[in-house]
Amino acid sequence: MSNVVSALTLGHFLTLGAVLFCISVAGIFLNRKNVIMLLMSLELLLLAVNINFVGFSRSLGDPAGQVFVFFILTVAAAEAAIGLAILVTLFRNRRTIDVSDIDSLKG
Amino acid sequence: MTFDFTTLAFLGFAATAAIAALATITSRNPVHAALWLVLTFFSVACTWIVGGAEFLGIALVLVYVGAVMVLFLFVVMMLDIDLAPLREGYVKYLPVGLLVAVVMLVQMLALIGVRAASAVPLADNAATGADVPNTTWLARALFTDFMLPFEVAAVILTVAVVAAVMLTLRRRGGTKHQDPSAQSRVKAADRVRMVKMEATRPMPPAAAEGEGTP
Repeated sequence: MSNVVSALTLGHFLTLGAVLFCISVAGIFLNRKNVIMLLMSLELLLLAVNINFVGFSRSLGDPAGQVFVFFILTVAAAEAAIGLAILVTLFRNRRTIDVSDIDSLKG
Repeated sequence: MTFDFTTLAFLGFAATAAIAALATITSRNPVHAALWLVLTFFSVACTWIVGGAEFLGIALVLVYVGAVMVLFLFVVMMLDIDLAPLREGYVKYLPVGLLVAVVMLVQMLALIGVRAASAVPLADNAATGADVPNTTWLARALFTDFMLPFEVAAVILTVAVVAAVMLTLRRRGGTKHQDPSAQSRVKAADRVRMVKMEATRPMPPAAAEGEGTP
């Protein structure tokens, strides 16, 4: 079987999901101090998971996977709204969004 | 190795998504990062539409590009952030971050067995097999088997809205507010004080009398 990628397969979706997941994990490492970039990397992470769900749903012919993506989108939107609200409150009180400055609770 | 049009379109969108994701995590300016993230979301939505999940593709564009990323851009532009200190340590953590990411990618690709998974083409779209559009196919599952989670998702969104408002609401000192419940609770006796007085007219002062006549 020489023409391996002549049709859309489950492997395409899984590879795209894995690539985006690793990029966003690297983004969390690199932008460790900036809360906004951390939130964006989190959104990317959830998107990578959603790609896997869509791929498996299509592959297995089961609507449950796509319904689950729907719920993940809901929760991610709620998370973004609350995260940004916390960010605005944090910036208002501390005048910074640097994670390493938020150390009032000496754990 | 020949590609059909669907696969070519998928590969193009996937490459765009990966490049835009890389640009997202490496750009110095949060506004640029947010715009690159918009491109990532849009490309991924295109791959979903190519893959047969039309409803989710459109929902991703509407919810993420239309709402969440606009919210991100709004917050990034509203906050006056000094970016220079936030970039410290970027180079320091670059090798470790890249190493972890690459090792993880190799492990994942080995685990899912890309070559094996790529050998078998996707089955026919189940929605097309049932002769309904993807949205109908999804809605049948969503409003029968997943009715309770659907309602819970609505409650979660409502709670999130209330929480976001409560977190960012602040009362400045010195501003005047109307309290509607106090306004509607008020009685006439609270506003007007009835005073019993004698029915005699007090003597007007001379100044007031002179003012009244031309």
